[in-house]
Amino acid sequence: MKTRYCLQDRIFNIVNHTLLAVFLLAVMYPFIYLISCSFSSGDALMTGKVKILPVEPTLLGYKTVFAYGPIWTGYLNSLIYMVSGTIVSVVLTIMASYPLSRDDIKGKKLFMGYFLFTMMFNGGLVPTYLLVKQLHMIDTIWAIILPTALSAYNVIVARTFYRQNIPLELLEASRLDGCDDFRFLLKIVIPLSKPIIAVISLWVAVALWNSYFSALIYLHSEEKYPLQLILRGILIMGSTDLSQSGVDPEIRLRNQYLGEMLKYGTIVVSSLPLMILYPFVQKYFVKGVMIGSVKG
Amino acid sequence: MQTTRDMDAPGTEKVNIRKSNSLAKHFKGTWQLYTLLLLPIIFLAVFNYYPMYGAIIAFKNYNIRAGILGSPWADNFGLANFIRFFGNYNFIECLRNTLWISVYTILVSFPCAIILALSLNYILNVRYKKAVQLVSYFPYFISTIILVGMINILFNTKTGAIGSIIYSITGTNVLASASAFPSLYVWSGIWQSVGFNAIIYMAALSGVDMQLHEAATVDGATIMQRIRHIDLPAIIPTAVILLILNVGGILNIGYEKVLAMQNPNNLSASEIISTYAYKIALVSSIPDFAYSTAIGLFQSGVGLVLLLVVNRISKGLTSESLW
Repeated sequence: MKTRYCLQDRIFNIVNHTLLAVFLLAVMYPFIYLISCSFSSGDALMTGKVKILPVEPTLLGYKTVFAYGPIWTGYLNSLIYMVSGTIVSVVLTIMASYPLSRDDIKGKKLFMGYFLFTMMFNGGLVPTYLLVKQLHMIDTIWAIILPTALSAYNVIVARTFYRQNIPLELLEASRLDGCDDFRFLLKIVIPLSKPIIAVISLWVAVALWNSYFSALIYLHSEEKYPLQLILRGILIMGSTDLSQSGVDPEIRLRNQYLGEMLKYGTIVVSSLPLMILYPFVQKYFVKGVMIGSVKG
Repeated sequence: MQTTRDMDAPGTEKVNIRKSNSLAKHFKGTWQLYTLLLLPIIFLAVFNYYPMYGAIIAFKNYNIRAGILGSPWADNFGLANFIRFFGNYNFIECLRNTLWISVYTILVSFPCAIILALSLNYILNVRYKKAVQLVSYFPYFISTIILVGMINILFNTKTGAIGSIIYSITGTNVLASASAFPSLYVWSGIWQSVGFNAIIYMAALSGVDMQLHEAATVDGATIMQRIRHIDLPAIIPTAVILLILNVGGILNIGYEKVLAMQNPNNLSASEIISTYAYKIALVSSIPDFAYSTAIGLFQSGVGLVLLLVVNRISKGLTSESLW
């Protein structure tokens, strides 16, 4: 279709393209700047010389990151919390959402109300904290993964998916073949619901990987800290103790700004897993928004 | 769904005759579904409903040894903690900060997401459009801590690329300024999530019948007129639903980010209800659990009421409603 634009539309298109280009630059610039900084020398950083490209390129920042022990324990802890938390969460979500998607259970409205209410009201920080304390979960992995494991929102999204994508004929046919509900869920529903499992796993995993607050209030031993809490120390509290790390003392003496260089390197290194995974997972995120936007 | 009802129809007749018998039969056929539900229900009872019950310590003089039930009721019919909060000079400040940050966020994020969606909608080069979208979602994935770390680096008055320019022009240190805090918080949030927020409007726009656009073009409508009369009406239902949700959550700001951005210099603008409650219970050297719970309960309660009210208003005005 060849359209001939009138003057107003031509102006619109020019303005539109320009604004979008500005937006694109605004989104990308901080990333480019930080990556360039992470490859620059401490002196260049401290005098604010880096604008777009690395100044006095060096790998020292990254060497410091790799030698800084707490980051890697944090990495491992975060990985453990993320994987186990995601598994617990997805299993619970499926167990709740599949029965609720069926029309043949009684009191469905009541059950739905029971789940929905948790989205609208909560007991708050202190009662939850006291509960976790009562259950003796303080300073354990359970405090991180259990309290937020089951979200009513995810249950509703999954339920909507089942209602739309698991045809009733399938259930009837397998019933005739003597298949009970457990088997039907395991052998037929779960294999058919890979997209929604992917979406929910992704939401939960990213949330677990990115959060720091529950670790801040529930974990006391430093060797259990997730990556975000370590990063908080380095980036926000500025409490980097390089003497405790495995960095060569001689390098430390020669580079007084090593602590600064560490900041830039850690930002890049800790975002790396997401940067690599991002192109593969972003379509699931988009899909999730679409499914979530359908009213339950 | 219709088919099961038809198949069950003979069964439902029997319900009237011998109810107990068919109820047993119902459970015999579906007990596995209830079994599946059991664990999630217990889970919510423990981790969501028990804390709601625990929140009654807001009305008590809580002491940890006496427990929730054993603690004596607070003065003034149990409302002492609330009265103390409303009378505290921090209350007005926290409430004002919370509301302002929320309202500011809503005022900016809605138009921004809609404008981005409309703008992308009129980019005819599909590859360019895809590329912009791909880039625009990316900041959404970085963590709060990294985002705040990036803000601290970029806006540093001496070494930061943006902060040094602002400092040389206006002489203000954005990171340590209370008056700049709301803008810094809101616009960094826009930077992080506008691309993601636009997805839902893009979906609404893709549902618009292309024939409407063609007909309008034939009639000589400009792009601006098509946006005004075709695209905006298509977006409004989605926007209303999102607005309800946002207004309902107006007191629930992402406290993780606020907490990470707080410093002594911006505290007068950055102390919100959640962070204040957190500090009273878990940071202060004399923790006051009951007082903090009262503050949290006030926040949840107002949120619930707001959600119900806004939903009712929206139902009356536009027939859009959450349930």
